[in-house]
Amino acid sequence: MKTTDDIIKMVDITKIYDSLDVKTVALSDIDLVVKRGDFIAITGRSGSGKSTLMHIIGLLDNPTSGKYVLNGTDVSKLAEDELAFQRNKEIGFVFQQFNLLPRSTAVENVILPAIYAGVGSKERTEKAVELLTELGLEDHLNKKPNQMSGGQQQRVTIARALMNDPELILADEPTGNLDIKSGDDVMKTLKALNKEGKTIVLITHEHDIAAQAKKIWHLEDGRLINKP
Amino acid sequence: MNFSELLILSWKAIVINKLRSFLTTLGVIIGVFSIILLVSIGSGLQGYITKEISSLGPNIIDVLPGNSLATAFGPGSSNKLILQDARNLKTRLISTAEVSPISETATNAKYKNILDKNIYVIGTTSNYPKTVISMKLAQGIFFTLGQEQSGSKVTVIGYTMYTKFFDKERAIGKKIFLGNQTYTVVGVAEKTGITLGVDHDNVAYVPIVVMHSQFGIDSITEIAVNANSESLVPVVKKQIKDTLLKRLTTDDFSIQTGDTLATTISNITNMLSLALGGIAAISLLVGGIGVANIMLVSVTERTKEIGLRKALGAKRSDILKQFLLEAVILSIGGGIIGIIFGLAASFTLSKFFVSQVTLWSVLLAFCFSAAVGIVFGMAPAIRASKLSPIEALRYE
Ligand SMILES: Nc1ncnc2c1ncn2[C@@H]1O[C@H](COP(=O)(O)OP(=O)(O)O)[C@@H](O)[C@H]1O
Ligand SMILES: [Mg+2]
Repeated sequence: MKTTDDIIKMVDITKIYDSLDVKTVALSDIDLVVKRGDFIAITGRSGSGKSTLMHIIGLLDNPTSGKYVLNGTDVSKLAEDELAFQRNKEIGFVFQQFNLLPRSTAVENVILPAIYAGVGSKERTEKAVELLTELGLEDHLNKKPNQMSGGQQQRVTIARALMNDPELILADEPTGNLDIKSGDDVMKTLKALNKEGKTIVLITHEHDIAAQAKKIWHLEDGRLINKP
Repeated sequence: MNFSELLILSWKAIVINKLRSFLTTLGVIIGVFSIILLVSIGSGLQGYITKEISSLGPNIIDVLPGNSLATAFGPGSSNKLILQDARNLKTRLISTAEVSPISETATNAKYKNILDKNIYVIGTTSNYPKTVISMKLAQGIFFTLGQEQSGSKVTVIGYTMYTKFFDKERAIGKKIFLGNQTYTVVGVAEKTGITLGVDHDNVAYVPIVVMHSQFGIDSITEIAVNANSESLVPVVKKQIKDTLLKRLTTDDFSIQTGDTLATTISNITNMLSLALGGIAAISLLVGGIGVANIMLVSVTERTKEIGLRKALGAKRSDILKQFLLEAVILSIGGGIIGIIFGLAASFTLSKFFVSQVTLWSVLLAFCFSAAVGIVFGMAPAIRASKLSPIEALRYE
């Protein structure tokens, strides 16, 4: 166990997109602390910087300046491969577009993070089957994404996010492509995971979805505003 | 990821798109196929020629016009060898040596109503079977010294001519036309066979003096000398040289023995093999560019997959290895298919033409195709490995 209680600790995070003639300040002076076991939602209008923040939290992109400590490790200045290692170990992603490999089965999709973590073939397959079964997909283990409904695909994504047992689940508009019933199921699953101790960061522009989190932050023009 | 996992991953990507994978490898298949086949033909040719030359026997010395094999066979070489040179040799060489001048020309032959427009007439002397010991008679006799000296129009015909004109009936004593003159058949030569498309049996041997006056020829194409003992070959060679230099210069003739001829020809065919292999290697290179091209398309198409893998923890090297291995499997696969077809074609060809598979060409083709995969797979693989996960995930 890490000594710190903060899973995410961001100090003065700024992201500036510097293209040829325009300079876009996508995030400015973000200070964000997320405690272990918390469930927060980040909302904001389109263009407010949600995706940019989620990429930085998810170690998919580097901030222009500022300090970011993820689960006790300063990740602000890590090189690409070290970021890949941290992502693989610390974060489970749930995407709006699911991002499943279309020609691979549910099990094959779920084991991906374990492959890059170097887990053995037998062990990771057992784990994937166990996770998919817990999420009610025991009859869909060998189905490809196009043979499953949106709700089922999103549950495969959640199983994949849990594969390496990360402490942080990062969900980007997870209900955005789902009908209300499937969206509710996904939210129930996220809440259940939170109860089991996972820290959850949810990015959404829907207020009733955000309302189900324990805390809500609001992004406006790249600035984080606390809205208790 | 360990190697076997990478292998499975790359293999799956290849079989998912079977048609495209096959088309990708087609260039490599054709390249490797051509290398194997062309090199086989080159070395087959070499083996054949070497064998033919050694079958002449170690005691045979050939005097050819011109100063080298190239000018002797090449066009426009002025031929200064004449019958008198052969006569001079006959008087000057040690008595055990046989000397036969040879002149060749093509003409038509006719018997009753059968006509052949392309008969090889070989003018020589009556001792020809003693000089060229591979010459054997199936019927009758070779023309005699008496017939030669009296200028008789007599001929010994080859086996193909015999079957064509006489349908295996008795030929001895029959009169046939060679050009516009009639000749009496005195003998039929044994069958020697067809090689490289040339029928050595569609010939008629006639006394050289008769031939020269009929066709208006005065030069000769070759003087065959049989030293009759291998140990005498160097002495006879020296005598030939000394004798001919009395009338000719060193540029006017060359003296070939079985082994010098073999060396010269093997140099030529070696160069031929290399040139053929080189041409084939270029086509393999083109095949490699095909692999690179398709791999680049594949990387673009799979941008999203690459981004996802990276987001889920794949390192640069994982992606690099995955795509590089895919390219190498494609090109080695193409190489193996090309080798199989190349071997099959070489073996088939060897049934009716010369062709001889060499191990080095198979190994070379295999290594070359693997190298093509690495070299031409590298750029697409590097491009894939450098994709940023966000860009890639955003890609639709
Ligand atoms: N790659 C980029 N290059 C330049 N500007 C960008 C890039 N990505 C996002 N932006 C800009 O940054 C701002 C925040 O974008 P984003 O984080 O996508 O907002 P959201 O996800 O809330 O819609 C926007 O003004 C957007 O145009
Ligand atoms: Mg966005």
